[in-house]
Amino acid sequence: MSRIVRVGAGQGFWGDWLEAPRRQVEGGPIDYLMLDYLAEVTMSILQKQKERDPAMGYARDFVGAMESVLGPVSAGKVRVIANAGGVNPPACAQAIKALAGRSGSRAGLRIGVVTGDDLLPRIDALVDAGHALANMDTGDPLETVRDRVLSANAYIGSEPIVDALRQGAQVVITGRSTDTALTMAPLRFEFGWAADDWNRLAAGIIAGHIIECGAQCSGGNCLYDWQSIPDLANVGYPIVEAAEDGSFAITKHAGTGGRVSVRTVTEQLVYEMGDPHSYITPDVIADFTSIRLAEDGPDRVRVFGITGAPPTDKLKVSIAYRAGFKAVGTLVYSWPDAVEKAELADRILRERLDRLDLRFDKIHTEFVGVSATHGRLAGQMADVPEVQFRIGVRGEDRAAVERFTREIAPLVLNGPPSVTGFAGGRPKVEEIVAYWPALIDKRVVTTAVEIVA
Amino acid sequence: MKVRLVDIAHARSGDKGDTANVGLIAVEPRWYPIIDRYVTRSRVADHFAGMISGDVVRFELPNLFALNFLLHGALDGGGTLSLKTDAQGKVFSTALLRMTIDVPDDDARRLALPAAP
Repeated sequence: MSRIVRVGAGQGFWGDWLEAPRRQVEGGPIDYLMLDYLAEVTMSILQKQKERDPAMGYARDFVGAMESVLGPVSAGKVRVIANAGGVNPPACAQAIKALAGRSGSRAGLRIGVVTGDDLLPRIDALVDAGHALANMDTGDPLETVRDRVLSANAYIGSEPIVDALRQGAQVVITGRSTDTALTMAPLRFEFGWAADDWNRLAAGIIAGHIIECGAQCSGGNCLYDWQSIPDLANVGYPIVEAAEDGSFAITKHAGTGGRVSVRTVTEQLVYEMGDPHSYITPDVIADFTSIRLAEDGPDRVRVFGITGAPPTDKLKVSIAYRAGFKAVGTLVYSWPDAVEKAELADRILRERLDRLDLRFDKIHTEFVGVSATHGRLAGQMADVPEVQFRIGVRGEDRAAVERFTREIAPLVLNGPPSVTGFAGGRPKVEEIVAYWPALIDKRVVTTAVEIVA
Repeated sequence: MKVRLVDIAHARSGDKGDTANVGLIAVEPRWYPIIDRYVTRSRVADHFAGMISGDVVRFELPNLFALNFLLHGALDGGGTLSLKTDAQGKVFSTALLRMTIDVPDDDARRLALPAAP
């Protein structure tokens, strides 16, 4: 029987279950613990934190996660790969080093730090050198928002992670690595897959896609037959068991809740999917129409047949920029005629905003409980017991958005009757940090690996 | 015979910027040809008319017994810009499952499709 390498997912986003990393390490055998912390706008939040304190700018949850698994990791039983570094991987590494020191674990925890994805310090030079960094959705050049850019990071691939593992890193900390590279890299390292072994690399990427959202492939958020999914309170996070030929199984530890089946895995495969023929990553283009799935025992799905193709000569860049302000307020109207009352409140509020001559880029009303998410498709509803009136505005003028937040509460006494649910107080004005996806030539992005011991 | 998608398929949706994607998966592999044939691009565009501002694109994944729909302009700008409750398009999946399709009686019987109540 050929050798098997096990990669367990312990976080699917920053804010995921704090118990999951420890449960993955203690619940049964895994070789690697993969922790994904970064969503599209996470980098900009971290950039703001770093501006306030140069020692910050990484996912703080990672320190707690490492604390919960430090024993087995220090003892060499499991290695950790995480994109927790955010916009400051070196500071994240220092925090883990300090943690290891404090806990008095055996000296010599080797931490690999991957850098080179941060393009913010170079952004003017890049634009001057002719890199338009045009918005992939709108085609607008970055010039149009240049003075409002908060962060800019290239999505980098598996190469520097493999390099760190080769140098003996027990913990690899990256910034904006692709989520999927965190899983593919240890497989590539362990099996020695070549950089142009497109089918195997694509298999590693698809393994990564399946587990990158944590329990979302092992019973969490699964629509099919959801009532029968057992013991979600004790849900098992997913594990990839990979073989050298690129085939792998998705499973979870024995004794955990949730479910791994062809249906739970298929739901995750189609999540956030674009063109299934070309799932583009820095390492390889994976073809989702090549994937074959088969039930392989209880809570175990075999995945095979995957093909890939050479990648493009570009990297995707995640840019975050300040895009004005927004606020959302809510009130709850009760039976009888709950919806009609809420609709009248909406008309009154809009008329008042108009008379104040407040201008917004957008005013958006929803009636939660009736039509907020499915709109007219939800159909007419009989006399509902209550409805939440939810109204939001956004615009460039902070003062106008502030003024809007003062117009909700007065409706309680000077608007339609049977209204409640305002205990939360005035809505908060939020600065909008928006996402600007762009492409850049691969050759201008150079990654580096440093080992901190 | 009228058949509700919610009885023959499951779905998951997500976002990329201002685009929502809906993956529609046949509950039984033998039902895939039915969703492939009747849940067309234009049928889905009509279903979401007035709710999205852009085009609908359809991809087929017969290997997974699934279709993938991209709904452009579905999320009021998407991500952090959006004022919608469902800013990340998480429940466009179930909105698509509200669709009812018309299947010839013979096919419906042969494939044991559940009839709409």
